[in-house]
Amino acid sequence: MNAQKLAGVAVDAVFDSVSVATTFKEKLSEAGVIFCSFSEAVQNHPELVKKYLGTVVPYRDNFFATLNSAVFSDGSFVYIPRGVRCPMELSTYFRINAANTGQFERTLIVADEGSHVSYLEGCTAPMRDENQLHAAVVELVALQDAEIKYSTVQNWYPGDEEGRGGIYNFVTKRGDCRGDNSKISWTQVETGSAITWKYPSCILRGENSVGEFYSVAVANNMQQADTGTKMIHIGRNSRSTIVSKGISAGRAQNAYRGLVRVMPQAENARNHTQCDSLLLGKQCGAHTFPYMEIRNPSAKVEHEATTSKISEDQLFYCRQRGISEEDAVNMIVNGFCKEVFKELPMEFAVEAQALLNVSLEGAVG
Amino acid sequence: MLDIKDLKASIGGTEILKGVTLSVNPGEVHAIMGPNGSGKSTLAQVIAGHPDYVVTSGSVEYFSRDLLSLEPEQRAREGIFLGFQYPVEIPGVNNAYLLKAAINARRKHRGEPEIDAFEFMQLAKEKMKLLDMDASLLNRGVNEGFSGGEKKRNEILQLAMLEPQLAILDETDSGLDIDALKAVAGGVNALRDPDRAIVLVTHYQRLLDYVQPDFVHVLSQGRIARSGDKSLALELEEHGYDWIREAASA
Repeated sequence: MNAQKLAGVAVDAVFDSVSVATTFKEKLSEAGVIFCSFSEAVQNHPELVKKYLGTVVPYRDNFFATLNSAVFSDGSFVYIPRGVRCPMELSTYFRINAANTGQFERTLIVADEGSHVSYLEGCTAPMRDENQLHAAVVELVALQDAEIKYSTVQNWYPGDEEGRGGIYNFVTKRGDCRGDNSKISWTQVETGSAITWKYPSCILRGENSVGEFYSVAVANNMQQADTGTKMIHIGRNSRSTIVSKGISAGRAQNAYRGLVRVMPQAENARNHTQCDSLLLGKQCGAHTFPYMEIRNPSAKVEHEATTSKISEDQLFYCRQRGISEEDAVNMIVNGFCKEVFKELPMEFAVEAQALLNVSLEGAVG
Repeated sequence: MLDIKDLKASIGGTEILKGVTLSVNPGEVHAIMGPNGSGKSTLAQVIAGHPDYVVTSGSVEYFSRDLLSLEPEQRAREGIFLGFQYPVEIPGVNNAYLLKAAINARRKHRGEPEIDAFEFMQLAKEKMKLLDMDASLLNRGVNEGFSGGEKKRNEILQLAMLEPQLAILDETDSGLDIDALKAVAGGVNALRDPDRAIVLVTHYQRLLDYVQPDFVHVLSQGRIARSGDKSLALELEEHGYDWIREAASA
């Protein structure tokens, strides 16, 4: 925690769904920013919790959202008041320590009019032979002219090489661009979990609202990653960008599943989607399921997709320059993910790169 | 420095090299010529250690060590450089980053400290100027969207930065216009050194107008059919490769 303090990042640590500590509280409260555990928020700011909780992800949304709504014990709460630019990055660090349990934390971030916040989320869990469930719900609300940037580096235990153990990561994440000119940006680097079902989405309700989704999903050994986003265009001139990079290795399966929906009232909505898949080895799979529901003829929607392999020629070229095969693979994979990594805050980008290298260790040989 | 004895190599079960014997000493420039399919590029790839090629017999010694037992990256760190005929694109990997990693891999191997960023940039800019290369190419993806000429110049830039003991240039001249050819030849000439050997693999005599070889070898059907000095290249230009084929089969 000390290292994090030095880096100037405020941290809320949540172990087994219990928030254990929040740093930099005083500095944040000077700016009027509320950053605390959910249980504290219920005690100290009940009016805000009542006003926004469950308004983006209702308790009847899906099975795992219902489960979370029924049992969640804690999580993080953030409120950025009108016109405030949060003076530092906010971060929650999640860890599942206990055996035979799940984690059901809840995150609610509200950015009031004209405010700005960047929020980071990191996750780890120790190795266990049995599967564990992580069923979190994250709700973001951006009012007029507000901006929320939400970054995740997810490294839940993925199970062993034979697929024993690992986390089931079934998470509902949704942001509501409720006000005009608001913006919500999701950036995720997903390397862990045995099975991931996760589709951080944006409801682009406000006029000129902007939704972004940048994702790197790595699946090695027996992992299954099924991830993507939904961009629901309701407001006029709403815009969305989707950049998804999937990397599959071992016997893993990696799917991009995304929905772009343009409602009849969303005049001049625009979307650009780019889905790239990289395959390492012969037994893995990459799948792309882009859904588009366009109900307004003025919409402009673009979808680009590529699937590639690291070629023998690329590896040999690097090796001929004196670079080991493993370093060459890391270099090529990081190059492939560059567009997403550049969206991450600096400290996280370095960590994400290192994590990727570890996740793919021995994937080519 | 390089001793190749009766080297036979195949790819996918087809024998391409059928007994090549060649010696290269420091300070020498050799040209290896020959018609398409004669095994020129295969010879270059086998020396560099491409995993697709299988050496079936013969030996290759580099400074009296068995080269064939070394991995490609070890050969590179020992000072062997291959300029590729078709340099591969590596999207998203910064050209300068790869170059720096290559330099540091060799330095580490020799127990030297890593090159510092300032020294690297100075050196790169200086060499790029000599090659008449646009400085922006350093910050692009490796060969990503480069023109044919830019890719070849980029190979020579790497050559100039890495300063290998043995440089093998595989058809570096092919597909170049005259300005690019001169720039590439200038880059190669600047690297001539009593401690360094250069092997030019080429189909045409054209490059040899600008880089004067000490020896010319003609490969035909997987063997060296003739060796001589630079006048052999001129003879070839005049008579064509059929002349060698006839001589070889006679």
